Amino acid sequence: MKHTISILVENHAGVLARISGLFARRAFNIDSLAVGMTSDPSISRITIIADGDEHTAQQIEKQLNKLVDTMKVRSLPAEEMLSRELQFIKVSATPAQRSEILTICEIMGAKIADMCTDAVTIEVSGTAEQLDKMHELLKGYGIKEVVRTGVIAIQKGSAVLK
Amino acid sequence: MIKAAEAMVKCLDQEGIRVVFGYPGAAICPFFDALYASDIHHVLVRHEANAGHAASGYARITNKPAVCIATSGPGATNLLTAIATAYADSIPLVCITGQVSTDQIGGDVFQEADITGAAEPFVKHSYLVKDASALPRIFKEAFYLAGTGRKGPVLIDVPVDVQNTLIDFSYPETVQMRTYKPTVKGNPLQIQKICEMLQSAKKPLICAGGGVFLSGAQDELIAFAEKTHIPVVSTMMGIGILPSAHPLYLGMLGMHGTASANTAVHECDVMLLIGARVGDRAVRSPKFLAESTTIIHMDIDPAEIGKNISTDIPLVGDCEAILTAMTEKIGDMPDNPWFAELAEKRKDTSVYASYGERINPKAFLRELSAKLPDNTVCVADVGQNQIWSCNHFGIREGGRFLTTGGMGTMGYSLPCGIGAKMADPNREVVVVCGDGSFQMQMMELATMMQEGIAVKVVIFANTRLGMVREIQTLRYGDRQMAVHLNGSPDFAALARSYGMDAENAYTEAEAYEKMQKLVDSDKPYLLVCHVDPLEPTLS
Repeated sequence: MKHTISILVENHAGVLARISGLFARRAFNIDSLAVGMTSDPSISRITIIADGDEHTAQQIEKQLNKLVDTMKVRSLPAEEMLSRELQFIKVSATPAQRSEILTICEIMGAKIADMCTDAVTIEVSGTAEQLDKMHELLKGYGIKEVVRTGVIAIQKGSAVLK
Repeated sequence: MIKAAEAMVKCLDQEGIRVVFGYPGAAICPFFDALYASDIHHVLVRHEANAGHAASGYARITNKPAVCIATSGPGATNLLTAIATAYADSIPLVCITGQVSTDQIGGDVFQEADITGAAEPFVKHSYLVKDASALPRIFKEAFYLAGTGRKGPVLIDVPVDVQNTLIDFSYPETVQMRTYKPTVKGNPLQIQKICEMLQSAKKPLICAGGGVFLSGAQDELIAFAEKTHIPVVSTMMGIGILPSAHPLYLGMLGMHGTASANTAVHECDVMLLIGARVGDRAVRSPKFLAESTTIIHMDIDPAEIGKNISTDIPLVGDCEAILTAMTEKIGDMPDNPWFAELAEKRKDTSVYASYGERINPKAFLRELSAKLPDNTVCVADVGQNQIWSCNHFGIREGGRFLTTGGMGTMGYSLPCGIGAKMADPNREVVVVCGDGSFQMQMMELATMMQEGIAVKVVIFANTRLGMVREIQTLRYGDRQMAVHLNGSPDFAALARSYGMDAENAYTEAEAYEKMQKLVDSDKPYLLVCHVDPLEPTLS
């Protein structure tokens, strides 16, 4: 089962190595990881999607909490959070195919970020399902390259992590 | 303004550190130069790992963080085993390493190793110091982290140029950390629930681990057990919380434990785990145990609760505070007839009967512990000697038993014994090891002689790596591979060459005669007891 874990940590050198090292040595598999500064520049927020059963997820949380750099750990239940991932998808496209691809982008809420004679680069953000759908729709044109930011997540409503 | 290296020494002074264990090198020279001018006593070990093990012995006797020092690169990597050993047993250490100059870090220069990176899995926390002015804060935090919550080693890696930087020194009075706040007091509702659960149990049992020592809660645990008449088993790290002969004590549980302890674990209906992490050597099948038994788990580290065994009642906190509260709260409990049955099992003496001519190490250890003072510290190494000591070296009131229960690090005993003796020079310290483990630490005889401290050493020599030999005999068709210690020197002659009193004993009569010399001597003494290579670990 996939777990979305949000972590607030001290923003200094070596912290990410500690977090990712902890996952590795306790055999917790990371599917996705995204890091960025929060509104307080001394604090970073890490969002990790990890795979494992309930026991594993609990252990992840407890072990993360033990790290001295960790300020807060919260496993976000799917129904209580919003999650998004940003991707670049480079697709082969002859000039004749461009308008079809543009239509797909419009319907799916994606943007053309770059274009050349034989390819377009699409910028798209969304949930995992939306992005899977986008890949499905573009597969036929020949996907040349995909770059993903990793998932970020936030609690719905007025609740905040602090 | 003073040099940061001097500030580091002042930090140690402020923390009340009187003795440090270390080994110098170029990258830590400014710090050693500052030590030269201080009255902190530096013990020069003969291998960096042993600086860590000696500090571990020192810390376990004082129950406060102790300090070890190594230089950059190989000095620091040699220290790793000791750091990992301390981490596994939650021993509070502050480990100081030199590092190459800041501008050279990452250049793969001479004696450079990324030690904060390498040590990460084995430290509670680590610092690579880039700003010299942060050193006082870092030292304050390091001692606080090492010695509070679940204790453990903290590493401070200081580049040589940082040690030479001039800073304004003032030692912080308090620690300001927004992230680290260990829970000390137990939840009163959970305490109430636990008391009720224990009082309604038919066969309640306490399993006490090393956390009880780390909390300094030995007296509180005994008071609780005596008030409730609940029998106690211990993990290897918990040996000595109750004196071995205490009427409520059933011995060590687990793979190498006593029949009485393991029967109690098997039959109990409620088990109260205190400062014990249910390691695999203690509880082979935690799932099976949890199915048939109500598990109450008390630990200062929330991550240990539910990690190895599923728990019915968890309680996070410091066991000294919790046990005090529980002893007040819980009502009197009558003597339990179940306990009388268990106590019967303790009476089997066949295992330590005399062999006549040959030395029975189990009987020897019983006799030795009986002759030594009550407050003796016994340090056991790893292997058969460790299990013999666990089960047969009798601990009396005020005595201690030190060993590496978690990591099982060979070569721990002698440096640990040196550290323990330096922490409390008036106590008798006896080190028990095998001829395998002795050869991983025999260089420390020099440290002992240089320091002029009277640690007593017993080597059970059987020209084998006895425990591995036994595994090969039992599980690998007796194909004995790489377990024969041929080529060893006469250890007694070797020890004498260091200027120690040392002797060999080949028969029981010789062993007991020389044991008396060991006990009576006020100088370092080494006794090699030659035992049968086929002597079993248990019976």
